[in-house]
Amino acid sequence: MSPHTDPDTRPMPEQIIYANILGMGAYLGILIMVVTYILYVTGTVGAHIELEMVVRNWHLNVQEFIQVTNSPYGWGWVGLLGKGDYLNFLGMALLALLTIVCYLVLLPGFVRRKDWTYFSICLAEVVVLSLAASGIFGSGGH
Amino acid sequence: MRQFNFSLPPIAWATAGVLVSFTLLFLLMPGQAMATDAAGGAAAMDTQPWWFWPLVLLVFCFFLGIIAVLAGVGGGVLYVPLVSGFFPFHLDFVRGAGLMVALAGALAAGPGLLRRNLASLRMALPMALIASASSIGGALLGLYLSQLNPDILQICLGSTIVGIAVLLLMSKNSAIPDVKKQDALGMAFGIGGTYFDESMNEKISWKTHRTPQALFTFILIGVLAGMFGLGAGWANVPVFNLMMGAPLKISVATSKFLLSITDTSAAWIYINQGCVIPLMAIPSIIGLMLGSFVGVRLLSIAKPKFIRYMVIVVLLFAGLKAIDKGLHIGLLG
Repeated sequence: MSPHTDPDTRPMPEQIIYANILGMGAYLGILIMVVTYILYVTGTVGAHIELEMVVRNWHLNVQEFIQVTNSPYGWGWVGLLGKGDYLNFLGMALLALLTIVCYLVLLPGFVRRKDWTYFSICLAEVVVLSLAASGIFGSGGH
Repeated sequence: MRQFNFSLPPIAWATAGVLVSFTLLFLLMPGQAMATDAAGGAAAMDTQPWWFWPLVLLVFCFFLGIIAVLAGVGGGVLYVPLVSGFFPFHLDFVRGAGLMVALAGALAAGPGLLRRNLASLRMALPMALIASASSIGGALLGLYLSQLNPDILQICLGSTIVGIAVLLLMSKNSAIPDVKKQDALGMAFGIGGTYFDESMNEKISWKTHRTPQALFTFILIGVLAGMFGLGAGWANVPVFNLMMGAPLKISVATSKFLLSITDTSAAWIYINQGCVIPLMAIPSIIGLMLGSFVGVRLLSIAKPKFIRYMVIVVLLFAGLKAIDKGLHIGLLG
């Protein structure tokens, strides 16, 4: 029996959906990063912090860097999406949000199977990742 | 007419690339004006044009990506000690970029592993919950230590890297470990399954043991991954394979998938704290990913054992350099 048709070795349907979302999202995120980076470094979209200023200060620790360059922290970058440097965060944020979306896809499958242990684990993971993303655990600029 | 053959095996080019990158970095070091940072340490103030370091980073990470794949380690574990040791960026930004590098690599590899059912969701999900929660703690601890005294973090990073090099040197993986009896927790989670091994052309059924010990170990792994931005494939695989008794292929695939979850939580902490500078993070991600694609193609012709030993030596050097930097001895430059 082929490994693709053998029910023993076939992944559950939600796992395939998870893989498809992950695949599309990861490549889209990387593509967005490349495009926005080109827009940024070519100066097509003006930056919030001048390139030379970034280079002059990237040896400082993060608190000093934020202070000297007047950088935003937490989700502050969303307000600066019109600027080349912060436009780059679109691709990175997409990559960092993908897993949360994928976990939400897994939830209905575990409910259908009445697998409450894994449903709870998935739900708890969504909460952990969402809390991490929210900035509740502290954002820079102390 | 006599013909000269200039063709070298691709792996020789990859190794040469890393060596050239290192040589360039050493040559360029004295060209930087030194300034003293607020913490009292010496920090490099750049006199290079803005495009110089991102370009060097792109090339360096491309070769690093090749070497990482051939040595069977994640990009993050090589990236953080080497870039923090030889580039002018503060460790805060190197760790932030290191996590993004590890995350992007894990996300790109995840779909194939899940579709082939090599990454086990049932084994990954409980471990991921523990590891991702503790990696948040690790990230916060790392940022606190960096603010308190960056030297402490350098010494801890160096010690961890030396430990990883020793672990890589000592650990002997087992292709299909023999698990006599599954533990109660593993059974309750239903950890186990069946996969089709293409190299052996047969169906392999597997189960695990020592689940509580593994869960506890993933707390430590999560803390280290978040604290240093290393990714954690170096630790995940031995725990899955040697401690829990999962087959090596399942362990490697599940480890890569697990990284996509663990690194997500820590990456958000670093993004929210302002530790990700796109100018240096994106060339690192792109360079390492391109290098990984090339590395995968070279796998069939490379001599992985030689590469693995070379990486262990590089890790030992990078670890000792971080300790040296933290202690301000100055023995290693």
